[in-house]
Amino acid sequence: MTEDSTQPGAGSDSGSYPQGTAPSGTGGTVHPGPGREGADDLVRLVDHHGVRHPNRHYDALVADVDGAALQKLYEDMVVVRRIDAEATALQRQGELALWPPLLGQEAAQIGSGRALRSDDFVFSSYRENAVAYCRGVDLADILRVWRGNASSGWDPYTINMATPQVIIGAQTLHATGYAMGIINDGADSVAVTYFGDGATSQGDVNEAMVFAASYQAPVIFFCQNNHWAISEPVGLQAHVPIARRAPGFGIPSVRVDGNDVLACLAVTREALARARSGGGPTFIEAVTYRMGPHTTADDPTRYRDANELEDWAARDPLARIATLLDSLGLLGADYSDAVKAKADAVAAELREGCLSMPEPAPSDVFRHVYSEPNSWLERQQDHYERYLASFAPAPQEGTR
Amino acid sequence: MSTMTFGRAINAGLRRAMDEDPKVILMGEDIGKLGGVFRITDGLQKDFGAHRVLDSPLAEAAIMGTAVGMAYRGYRPVVEIQFDGFIYPAFDQIVCQVAKLHYRTQGAVRMPITIRVPFGGGIGSPEHHSESPEAYFTHTSGLRVISVSNPQDAYTMIQQAIRSDDPVLYFEPKRRYHVKGEVDEAVDPASSDMGAAHVVTRGTDVTLVTYGPLVPTARDAAIAASDDGVSIEVIDLRSLAPIDFATVEASVRKTGRLVVTHEAAQSGGLGAEIAASITERCFDYLEHAPVRVTGFDIPYPYSKLEFHHLPDLDRILDGVDRALRRPNSLSGPETEGAAL
Repeated sequence: MTEDSTQPGAGSDSGSYPQGTAPSGTGGTVHPGPGREGADDLVRLVDHHGVRHPNRHYDALVADVDGAALQKLYEDMVVVRRIDAEATALQRQGELALWPPLLGQEAAQIGSGRALRSDDFVFSSYRENAVAYCRGVDLADILRVWRGNASSGWDPYTINMATPQVIIGAQTLHATGYAMGIINDGADSVAVTYFGDGATSQGDVNEAMVFAASYQAPVIFFCQNNHWAISEPVGLQAHVPIARRAPGFGIPSVRVDGNDVLACLAVTREALARARSGGGPTFIEAVTYRMGPHTTADDPTRYRDANELEDWAARDPLARIATLLDSLGLLGADYSDAVKAKADAVAAELREGCLSMPEPAPSDVFRHVYSEPNSWLERQQDHYERYLASFAPAPQEGTR
Repeated sequence: MSTMTFGRAINAGLRRAMDEDPKVILMGEDIGKLGGVFRITDGLQKDFGAHRVLDSPLAEAAIMGTAVGMAYRGYRPVVEIQFDGFIYPAFDQIVCQVAKLHYRTQGAVRMPITIRVPFGGGIGSPEHHSESPEAYFTHTSGLRVISVSNPQDAYTMIQQAIRSDDPVLYFEPKRRYHVKGEVDEAVDPASSDMGAAHVVTRGTDVTLVTYGPLVPTARDAAIAASDDGVSIEVIDLRSLAPIDFATVEASVRKTGRLVVTHEAAQSGGLGAEIAASITERCFDYLEHAPVRVTGFDIPYPYSKLEFHHLPDLDRILDGVDRALRRPNSLSGPETEGAAL
């Protein structure tokens, strides 16, 4: 790789691919064309020092992002990081069975999530809680699954986002099918599917790209390459940068610095515009890093080097925007205090929503298996309800 | 009323469903210009357009997964799986998504997907073209599973399956595609229940339960048995999940004897479920243990041996004899009346 060696940590974006197999110059938009800036492999508008780099292709896509908008993006990232920390705490306190942290992936999710229109539809995995935040989810709904109170947290049609998919990569097909439906409807909305580097090994993801290309479906494949699929490094999943696969399916692709919220916004906007105008699917590889464990049940110290984490901590998505805002004189005490107050309020709302969540009733176990009456299930439910009723206190003497 | 083949009846049912609801779309391999390898969708792409009859790339998981996405968007996809043995790549999407999304989303997302599966043997095909995988799906909560045995049901029940807000697997007995029958195309699909079993031959001595391709065989067996003084009541289940046990139970209470026959392998199959459920429900009425006459627990055999695997009229009658404690293949001719 030929990344600028003056940047600390540069080169390790691709360093997880097996030695010698990562090609040089796989930059930016592989097809069709623009987006490569200098020797760097990635689309990057704000580097990890907080320096804004002009980009003759992508600047136009974020020309509207003024200081206030940048402050809002930063606030979003602070808030979702706080949501993540609060949920992790709730798990440690026994209020959640499990939690999948997104720590480190805030820019990829906020940058892409804030590019979407309300009538676009998201099909995500289970780590896209920041995207759900962008979609306007009720905060407690994020936790319902992890508290064990429901199999999913919300009605997908209220925020146009399917509830988290657990089967790795399965949702990419749903997004593609949804996008095929958009074509039939003559609409200009877009389906956006989120998945990780591990998912790219799944047949479903590859088949989704075949179908998306064949039908020119308005779908965005947003791959967060966070370098780890539980304990397996990305090099085990892919011998070339993942974005390079998409052109083989006939899908234009782009590698973006997934820790640069502005760049993520820009590339997603470009992909959305392509999809809305009949240009079909786009594959985005957002190169980021899962700074936490896979879930709260995981222990990454068993499989990854602490130095790697340090390298990525130096490329933190929040810190670079804070530095940039500071350099612009936009990180004053009033603003910082307001951001902190917002995060605190959201965390308090999340915690309250978690602790006050209504418990499901025993009979809910049978509900919604079918939308129509089912004789098998009715019989089992009837038996079980009579069984439960058999534990009711016996009538006291004299009451018969 | 008109006379048409089984295959033509499905085609007519699909056409009517597409006429009535613009959200009905067909997806599958070779179903467009070709009309499907069995020509079931013949002419539909020409009449409804390529946006409603989609020739899909050859990937069953993706056909099913994109159908899920279409259903999310408000469509009612009808997916054709080209052959029974090709359904397994789609198994994950069917079991983990199609079957569970309504439950997962507490009723917010409906999956009104119909999955058409030409199934069963008897056509001399190579491996993977003659299987009976229905029990995998009857064991999966959230799915409805039906199997049709005659042109009228084929016509009516494909429409009922498409109208259902729950996902339905529609198993078509491919060796009966060319059987002709009377079809009333004016029948209102809402006027009957696709979940109801039908008594197709009345009888008093033995209840013979089957579905799909073996229904005609069972009727023939009943005719043959009547020559021998045995009265068989034949029940066409039609719905395999859920099974209309009330109809089966009423029959067994009358006859006291149950024989179940299907092409699928025996162990863990539908026959086991039917035998267990009927034993639970009317144990005191049974004169003999339920008898299963099924395919063997083998991979579907090569075609020159397939008729050893498939239950036929004589094997069914042998099972009836066992249920009646008459001389049969297991008891031998000398042990009439002995319990088995």
